[in-house]
Amino acid sequence: MNFIRTLGAATLVYVRRMGVMGVFLLKTFFYVFIPPLKLTRILKQIRFIGLQSSSVILLTGGFTGMVLGFQGFYSLNRFGSDAFLGPMVGLALIKELGPVLSALMVTGRAGSAITAEIGIMRISEQVDALELMGLNPYRYLIVPNLLAVVISMPLLTAIFDVVGILGGYLVGVKMLGVSGGIYFGEMTSYVDIKDIMEGLYKSLTFGVIIIWVCCYKGFYTGIFTGFGAEGVSKATTQAVVMSSVLILVWDYVMTSLLF
Amino acid sequence: MIKIDDLHKKFDGKDVLRGVSLEVRKGEVIALIGGSGSGKSVFLKHVVGLMKPDRGRVIVDGMDMSDLRGRDLTKLRDRLGFLFQGGALFDSMTVFENVAFPLKEKTLMNNELIRERVFNELEHVGLEGSEYKYPSQISGGMVKRAALARALVMDPEIMLFDEPTTGLDPVIGAAILSLIDSCHKRLSFTGIIVTHEIPKVFDIVERVAMLHEGIIWADDTPEKLMSSSEPIVNAFVGESINGIIRHQTANTMVQG
Repeated sequence: MNFIRTLGAATLVYVRRMGVMGVFLLKTFFYVFIPPLKLTRILKQIRFIGLQSSSVILLTGGFTGMVLGFQGFYSLNRFGSDAFLGPMVGLALIKELGPVLSALMVTGRAGSAITAEIGIMRISEQVDALELMGLNPYRYLIVPNLLAVVISMPLLTAIFDVVGILGGYLVGVKMLGVSGGIYFGEMTSYVDIKDIMEGLYKSLTFGVIIIWVCCYKGFYTGIFTGFGAEGVSKATTQAVVMSSVLILVWDYVMTSLLF
Repeated sequence: MIKIDDLHKKFDGKDVLRGVSLEVRKGEVIALIGGSGSGKSVFLKHVVGLMKPDRGRVIVDGMDMSDLRGRDLTKLRDRLGFLFQGGALFDSMTVFENVAFPLKEKTLMNNELIRERVFNELEHVGLEGSEYKYPSQISGGMVKRAALARALVMDPEIMLFDEPTTGLDPVIGAAILSLIDSCHKRLSFTGIIVTHEIPKVFDIVERVAMLHEGIIWADDTPEKLMSSSEPIVNAFVGESINGIIRHQTANTMVQG
């Protein structure tokens, strides 16, 4: 009987938290459309989420493309189809790896920092101070992050894709001897605008997931995740794990919907 | 001005407030004392609407805080000032930016006027020369004074102080209380000071309420409370005073 009671109580806690999380997202979307927008803060967050993530995106994009160049070449070469290396690298990056890996990089670099920042503001009562000044914490802390990620994520993904394709070119064409004309020629034949839009939709929705989860975890630090420095540390870990898992799950959902 | 009626609050099944009733008249400043964990800060958060009561009502200037939402709540909060226990200064902003923040966000004042107003307020709390320092670069007492300047910069009608002297040495603590007193004389706000600073706080308040076991155990003038024969009040107020006397005597002996 006690087991059932405990199970029921735990289920109720989870259902309630899911509800709070859902309401958090709805409120964030609501305040996006309520002026005034905090332009300076949005620009600051674009710099933080977008510009300052570009070096890690360049590195991971480049090396992912190079690995794809190697792996693709050796697999395709077995069937004498190494001419399709360009489309393979292009499609893999544009449809899947670009959006997913960029989102995971942004989660690790910017999402965790956003959770920690809002979490520290929560435990040191800075969020309460905002509220007591009659200022809306969503408008000041969450909405600028959402708008910044909506602008930054597709651009970061595009950079990842381009650098990845160049990385594949470097390995496939310059090192393994595939013709440069064929690499790009076949790519333009097989990759069309629908594939590019699929990547774009994915990167946009992944960005929303990152900000939703990371801001939510920070905002409810000390309420759902324990107090003090330990609470912030737990919130940050949970935010990164939950965002990453949700990105991969949502990737599957999007792929099956857009297939 | 502030009326709390039968306020109840539970956390994890444990009663923290069990029917608190208290009234603060316009322009009056009262002290709320009580042991650690007696629910003083929880009480204060109900007054400003940061927490919702399980039962009972908090009426501020005729409005029930539980019923207020959106713009009505914002309007009322514009008339409130709150000094947090830890100051709650925005740590990514300088002292100047912290004090200027509510003016920038809530008024149409131009930068020159804001600058003048902020410098004026910082001068009142004795923080000239620290305007461009970050909260992490100044002492605990200075953080409290900067937070006080930020809370007072919008000329609030109601000021709530959550343990304004906690963590400060006795000299700085006394200076903060005297600053609160001078600000009250200058701005005539209605106030509640949650504190352990007994008997120093008795010099600057008209009434003292004691929170014990989730209810207002005593509510009287400082003089009457100090001479109270009620065992709990006597134990709390008397022990606090005796403790200070013992501490001062020990200090004198050491110095002697």
